Amino acid sequence: MKTFVGIDLGSTTTKAVLLDENCEVIGRGITNSRSNYATAARVASEEARIDGRFTLFRRALNAGGGSRGDLDEFLGAIERSVRFVQFIEQLDDLEETCRVQVKGERFAKVESRVKDAIGEVFKLLREEAPSLYAPGAKRKSDFFRDIAGSRYHVHAEEVARAARLPYELLLNVYDKSIIEVENRPPSGGLSEKFRRALARVLAADDTVKTGSSDVPKTIESTLDIDLEETYLVGTGYGRVTLPFSKEHIRSEILCHGLGAHMMYPKTRTVLDIGGQDTKGIQVDAKGIVENFQMNDRCAAGCGRYLGYIADEMNIGLHELGPMAMKSDRPARINSTCTVFAGAELRDRLSLGEKREDILAGLHRAIILRAISIISRSGGVTDEFTFTGGVAKNEAAVRELRKLIKENYGDVTININPDSIYTGALGAAEFARRAHHGQTDGGAA
Amino acid sequence: MTTTFVTPKVAAAKEIVKDASMMKQKEMMAGHYDRLTSAPQIGAKVAATFVPGNLNELIMCFDLVNNLPEVNAIQNGLRRTSGAFVLEAEKIGHSEDVCTYVKSDIGMMAKGNMAPNGKKFPDPDVLLLSYTGCFTFMKWFELLREQYKCETIMLHTPYMGDGKITKNMTEYMVKQLKEEVIPKLERVSGVKFDIDRLREYLKKSVKAEDDLVRVLQSAKNKPSPIDAYFGAIYYIGPIFGAFRGTDDAIEYYKFLRAEVEDRLAHGQGPVTPDGDMGKEKYRLVVEGPPNYTSFRQFWKMFYDEGAVVVASSYSKVGGVYDLGFRHDPDNPLETLAEYCLGVYTNRSLPMRIDMLSRYIEEYEADGLLINSIKSCNSFSAGQLLMMREVEKRTGKPAAFIESDLVDPRYFSAANIKNRLESYFQMIEQKRAGALAAA
Repeated sequence: MKTFVGIDLGSTTTKAVLLDENCEVIGRGITNSRSNYATAARVASEEARIDGRFTLFRRALNAGGGSRGDLDEFLGAIERSVRFVQFIEQLDDLEETCRVQVKGERFAKVESRVKDAIGEVFKLLREEAPSLYAPGAKRKSDFFRDIAGSRYHVHAEEVARAARLPYELLLNVYDKSIIEVENRPPSGGLSEKFRRALARVLAADDTVKTGSSDVPKTIESTLDIDLEETYLVGTGYGRVTLPFSKEHIRSEILCHGLGAHMMYPKTRTVLDIGGQDTKGIQVDAKGIVENFQMNDRCAAGCGRYLGYIADEMNIGLHELGPMAMKSDRPARINSTCTVFAGAELRDRLSLGEKREDILAGLHRAIILRAISIISRSGGVTDEFTFTGGVAKNEAAVRELRKLIKENYGDVTININPDSIYTGALGAAEFARRAHHGQTDGGAA
Repeated sequence: MTTTFVTPKVAAAKEIVKDASMMKQKEMMAGHYDRLTSAPQIGAKVAATFVPGNLNELIMCFDLVNNLPEVNAIQNGLRRTSGAFVLEAEKIGHSEDVCTYVKSDIGMMAKGNMAPNGKKFPDPDVLLLSYTGCFTFMKWFELLREQYKCETIMLHTPYMGDGKITKNMTEYMVKQLKEEVIPKLERVSGVKFDIDRLREYLKKSVKAEDDLVRVLQSAKNKPSPIDAYFGAIYYIGPIFGAFRGTDDAIEYYKFLRAEVEDRLAHGQGPVTPDGDMGKEKYRLVVEGPPNYTSFRQFWKMFYDEGAVVVASSYSKVGGVYDLGFRHDPDNPLETLAEYCLGVYTNRSLPMRIDMLSRYIEEYEADGLLINSIKSCNSFSAGQLLMMREVEKRTGKPAAFIESDLVDPRYFSAANIKNRLESYFQMIEQKRAGALAAA
């Protein structure tokens, strides 16, 4: 079947969306951005294709009857299994690459001991891997780099101590290997991975309660459907060149505007707060951009700001929002500068102010900056759509609702949990339009 | 899945293309710097003045060599030496937000005051400030006066707050010229003022101005044979600097006009550093000064997309000649006043809005682009309002980018390219939308 692919190369994450001919999203994929842009793009698209397969499975299996709950559980098991298969593949690659790095003067007298230690570390990693992908398992992140990295550090420390080897040596091989591994394009066909995943799931429990009489056959026939990449459009900036040829690139402001319009056709103002930039976009009834404004030369108030604060406070990024929500008296943070805000944070903590209040104040500071950009882009016109990674932060959303109400009155505010895909969605739609030979302004 | 991913290719370095008039202008500038730096040797005295309100013809009457610190800052920007000068000025204590022309000049002086030809700039014998809407210039000359302990003449040009020149304004300025400016220049130079000499220079100015305007207005054609923003930086050099009123300027503008008319006759677009621009896709009016430290890179973002600037406000900062004004040799002092009153920075916001809207209509532009300069309040205060008004009046889309004059730290190429590309695609979409509706 025909698919139209949109890829958004962001500063922190790379997103991909697959659209079918009926403008429906069949798959979404996300990965961390990395130095090799082409690989990041490939990984994101592969993730989207995996997601797309599950959509097709769901459609095919739904047709066969059976309870929704059972189906979800089954597909969930397969998805975890696919992720597990991917993880193990990359783990193998990482181990192989680490071994190769054990060379040179640094490892002169300890080469074989280090290699043994590496083997031990990876043995432990492989043993615990299934638990990372067990039902209900909570992972800090879905990206290989994050999971493998944190677990490697933990095991390497123990193994190094036991083997009386300097921890730095084990860290060193990891640091030298991870970038290489991360930037290697995904290998092996997806269908193969699915088959292996399916086999694992069925081996674990062959009483597959999906109501369909022949699940493996249905899945096989779904795997046979070719997800043809009919047209691809990439977007993103901040890079000298995107890994796409010119006809396959669209401005990310336009992609964002169009993506927001597709999610909410009545939207006229879009605010996107990403990792490094904030965009205020005004769109017309057709999703065409009329005006826009961006932050310039300074990324204070963008996603990174929160990342920095989380680091300063030694908590996870996803914990910031919930903690700030506990406050109802946000502190008035004076600094617009991310770095200075850190100093202000420490100051106030030392004066005894509550963490929750300071955090709430910091969230307010971000939104104040965003409102300034939105105003300069042309204000807020009903409906208002808030996209980007920061839109997932409930404390940021709370401040936004307050400030919009104060300054612009009652406005419908649209927030979608999938808003991080807005740019990729718009890009995919541009791809679909391009394929149908329409100019960029043509209505669907 | 792998077919559409390409490996970015690094473009092979090409030789920069310059047309004949650019080469000629370059020679003139080189000659100007040689004259300046050798002034002390030949016993010539030196005046310093600014581009807006540059009374070059008057200065020449006193055999003074005209040094323009602003132009020096631009040259330093283009040669990428201004960054170090700005840092030096900040080290001395100047604020980050101050005009970077000023900081570049102060830094240059602190680091030896060397001209582009490798020789030392002479100390000025007199500073002539005509205050034409930029009070930062006034402070700049106060700083220089402190440094050089030389005569400073302040000529006050009333702001055109009501959108017109009144008899009072002209009389006020002529009075200052008669009672303050000319006597002081006489004293400093030792040369008696001869009004007929001034008339002669003014006659020459008119010839150059006529040809310049022809060149600027050639952009009304499709395709435009010139770029009226980046290309215009070369064109305005002589007339805004030490050449207005000279035979050199007449010759240059005659040459330039012929060159442009030739391009027009052949249906050619403008010359860019990468050679002839391809198909003209977007016609823009630009408000605000350009960035000089990344000049070529900035220009490339336009011509790579087939975007040409057909009219700009910055090319009027040293004098507005395309709305009818010419220097009038029959009323030499009044005409100097009128010239100062009419420079772009001395015009009110409504006047600037009028001018830009008019340009969009007359030059058949697709929209307005504002390059808002961090360190230039004269230009940037009010630009957002101007943008909204122009959009309303013309119905054409506008965009806003931000950079700086000669501080390389304030030019974020990725950010600007993103905004520009988005703007061009926005224009494209609007065109397509209009077509679909038709």
